Amino acid sequence: MAITVHCDIVSAEENLFSGLVERVVASGVLGDLGIEPGHAALLTPLKPGPVRIVKQNGEEEIVYVSGGYLEVQPNTVTVLADTAVRASDIDEAAALEAKKHAEQAIENQGADFDYSRALTQLAEAAAQLRTIQQIREKLGKR
Amino acid sequence: MAVGKEIKEQITSVKSTQKITSAMEKVAVSKMRRAQLRMQESRPYADKIRDVIGHLANATSEYRHRYLQDREIKRVGYIVVSSDRGLCGGLNNNLFKRVAQQSKEWKNKSVEVDFCAIGSKAGLFFNSFGGNVVASQSHLGDAPELASLIGAVKVMLDAFDNGQIDRLYIMHNRFVNTMTQSPEAVQLLPLKAQQDDSLKHHWDYIYEPDAKEILEGLLVRYVESQVYQGVIENNACEQAARMLAMKNATDNAGGMIKELNLLYNKARQAAITQEISEIVSGAAAV
Repeated sequence: MAITVHCDIVSAEENLFSGLVERVVASGVLGDLGIEPGHAALLTPLKPGPVRIVKQNGEEEIVYVSGGYLEVQPNTVTVLADTAVRASDIDEAAALEAKKHAEQAIENQGADFDYSRALTQLAEAAAQLRTIQQIREKLGKR
Repeated sequence: MAVGKEIKEQITSVKSTQKITSAMEKVAVSKMRRAQLRMQESRPYADKIRDVIGHLANATSEYRHRYLQDREIKRVGYIVVSSDRGLCGGLNNNLFKRVAQQSKEWKNKSVEVDFCAIGSKAGLFFNSFGGNVVASQSHLGDAPELASLIGAVKVMLDAFDNGQIDRLYIMHNRFVNTMTQSPEAVQLLPLKAQQDDSLKHHWDYIYEPDAKEILEGLLVRYVESQVYQGVIENNACEQAARMLAMKNATDNAGGMIKELNLLYNKARQAAITQEISEIVSGAAAV
């Protein structure tokens, strides 16, 4: 049996693969990498693309990652996969969106909270309570 | 029978409320299971990335990242994770109480506090509480995606990078079990290096292309994954709390119906007795 190494492919939202492998082939930012058991400790970002793993019995599996990181330790290989395609300008746009959201919330305070509706509900509930109390008093007197 | 009719209406209304609350309870039960599953699925990533950063922090790297360095505290940032919807007992209120308490403690030390509100309930809270909200994100749904959090987290990370905040915390509910959820603040930045004796010997990774860039990206992802975990966990808490609140509401409605039924029967009996006594006294008078 061929020498194997433990490999985990995880993303923030789920565990994509976990098990013993003979080889991992991934596309790093500086070029494609083939990791075999006994590889030196390595840390590199990955380009969006497929990660090919050769399992213990020679079976192959391909996992697509939209970027991420590859870590090699003496006895484990870990792929930390991104769930979203990342680019600085996309991140920037998302950040601006979040800021705008906060400013809007301050400007129109209580926009998604309907005070008048809550007040009528409260009044209704109070009226119902009063009715029950009145009924009780009436019955109590008799 | 005027009295009887009023009670009858009351019973019907309580019964319909009970139907709604019991339906909400059942929905919350199934949603909670899914949320718990998601929570478990997202754990390996956070664990792995924490391991890698632990290695990095312990490895004799020539580069010390600013996320790993403690600074003098002048201003702190809080990411407050709340639910989008109410009707989940005291879950959000307990969390906000802690937020208010902690921000007061910081103010006493003359440290300013910035907030990032995640979830619409947190947004509403800061509207009344005040506080400097620099970013907010809401309506994440039942299956929040990491991608939707990136923006809000980046605002806080940028603030840390620019020296506007010197510490970053996340505040969310920790899922202890289905009955208990407790608000908890976790320090995200600066990162506390892991104490792992097995990794103390001198070694380093081969960095491709270089350590600085890799660390930069990894640390950002680590913080994001922590925030994501917080959101997911808070979601599970929300469903559990709602399940409990709705169960209580259903039980209370049941008790109320019982009481009202008793009241109704008494009222009916009283009316019948009165009628009979009127007839009898009328007959006696003739």
